[in-house]
Amino acid sequence: MRNMTRRQTSRLVKADLRNGLLFAAPWIAGFLCLTAYPIIASIYYSFCNFDAISPPHWVGMLNYRILVTEDELFWRSLWNTAYMIVFGLPVGLVSSLVLAFLLNLKVRGMAFYRTLYYLPSITPIVAASALWLWLLNPEIGLVNELIMTFGKMLHRLHLPAPAGPGWLIDPAWAKPALIFMGLWGAGGGMLIYLAGLQDVPEQLYEAADLDGASSWKKLWHITLPMLSPVIFFNLVMGLIGSFQYFTQVYVMTGGGPQDATLFYALHLFNNAFLNFKMGYASAMAWILFLITLACTLLVFKTSARWVYYPGELK
Amino acid sequence: MTHSLDWKKRRKLRVTVKEALQHLLLLAIGVSFMLPFYWLVATSLKPDAQVFQSPPAWLPHPIMWHNYPKALTYVPFARYLLNTLVICTLSVFGMLLSSSLVAYSFSKIRWPGRNIAFFILLSTLMLPGQVTMIPVFSIFKSLHWVDTIRPLVVPSFLGGAFYIFLLRQFFMTVPLELSDAAKIDGCSELDIYRRVVLPLAKPALATIALFTFIGAWNDFLGPLIYLNDDAKYTLSLGLQQFVSRHGAEWSMLMAASTVMTTPIVVLFFFAQKTFIQGITLTGIKG
Repeated sequence: MRNMTRRQTSRLVKADLRNGLLFAAPWIAGFLCLTAYPIIASIYYSFCNFDAISPPHWVGMLNYRILVTEDELFWRSLWNTAYMIVFGLPVGLVSSLVLAFLLNLKVRGMAFYRTLYYLPSITPIVAASALWLWLLNPEIGLVNELIMTFGKMLHRLHLPAPAGPGWLIDPAWAKPALIFMGLWGAGGGMLIYLAGLQDVPEQLYEAADLDGASSWKKLWHITLPMLSPVIFFNLVMGLIGSFQYFTQVYVMTGGGPQDATLFYALHLFNNAFLNFKMGYASAMAWILFLITLACTLLVFKTSARWVYYPGELK
Repeated sequence: MTHSLDWKKRRKLRVTVKEALQHLLLLAIGVSFMLPFYWLVATSLKPDAQVFQSPPAWLPHPIMWHNYPKALTYVPFARYLLNTLVICTLSVFGMLLSSSLVAYSFSKIRWPGRNIAFFILLSTLMLPGQVTMIPVFSIFKSLHWVDTIRPLVVPSFLGGAFYIFLLRQFFMTVPLELSDAAKIDGCSELDIYRRVVLPLAKPALATIALFTFIGAWNDFLGPLIYLNDDAKYTLSLGLQQFVSRHGAEWSMLMAASTVMTTPIVVLFFFAQKTFIQGITLTGIKG
């Protein structure tokens, strides 16, 4: 740039700007039309009654007020979603981690086992939902049949025999059923943790061995800290994803029994596309955004205490 | 002498026993993961009497191959498959084209405002879909695009934020000397994009193609919102309808589910490396 005249550099900058914008045009157009404008529009809709046919009609804070004070299902759906986050997320995280540890053992045929564990997680969600609807059938589903067989064995030993629960038909067991089903898909997260595990430098373990560290100490002081950025990323993504849990419940339970599986995303969908209360649903969407933001910020803030980035100066 | 030989033999035995136990554990877990798949296919081939049998029958007898053509004509599955393939192919093409063009802009061209734009791009990744879902539906409705596949396919041609990010990281590893040399030879930006940068990003492009295809194959909410005429349904929507209308016909439902799952499993076996590479890329780079 040094040997050019001012006019030449300015022409170059202009050419770069034009090319840059031209190449980025698809995203710029998409962002403006499908992200920026809709964000503003949905804030506006949340203060309106809107049924997607006639133009929106301003009602101020009415939607928000009804949501918070009168809509029982709103609080139900929040509780159900919170349940999945508090119980389902850690279960998923731990199971993927445990699988990754198992696969990291230096045993032959790792690729074979890895395929076995990973394959279920790529099953299309609707197909998996249909399958698990069948597996969890309280009368003739495989899960309860196996429990019954196991129970008969215990009965012969004069031990108390468990009975298979009602799973998706029993309000108390519906959410645990969904968490149980989620375990089948732990293979996806497992791959990410496996890659992270393989990134941990061998020298750390060797040094620990020289100092006579037990396996438990090595896990706690080397493996987990080195994995913490990956765990952190998956925690945040899992949190954001939990709020959008939708397909499984739509296909399998429709929100029942007795609203036990009415999750936030389903309640929002029902309001928007079943009842055509789009303004109301938009208000739900913004509350969702604020909650997600708050949770993410919380995780970010606490991350300083437990996430360790190698290469950082202390 | 005999003493040290015994020690070595005992150590080798301990290691082998340990390995055997590890294999046992890994296999037991593997069987548990595969059991639902087995049950899926087994049920699909069972006659009705066996489906409702308790204790469960492990082997279908007689094998009802007939369940498959029956299930596939109960609902027009062939049509749904075609619709799904059309959407998947168009989405992959659109996503590869647009994401690579935009990523090129963010990595290989210096323009004022680029960094701000990139920051905005990244922040859209954290936006929950529900926030834009309703206004976007309203936009497509006013365009009369509802009940067509356009709302499902056109957004792919406008780039996907995550894939743009991924490709940008990839493109940035292409040395500046290469594009500079091409510029000296008189290449335009488009030429550099097409001939220099794009061919070097093949692994990332393969990953994006694979995951876009699978995402479109699995997509349920999109077709649910935008497709009304059941001639236009995709597999995911068709299968869900099957569940709600013929849910108690388990053997046929399992047959239909198998048909939806098998292409993805086959795809996995052909593209295993790309799968694994893709998961680790997205999980670690994030």
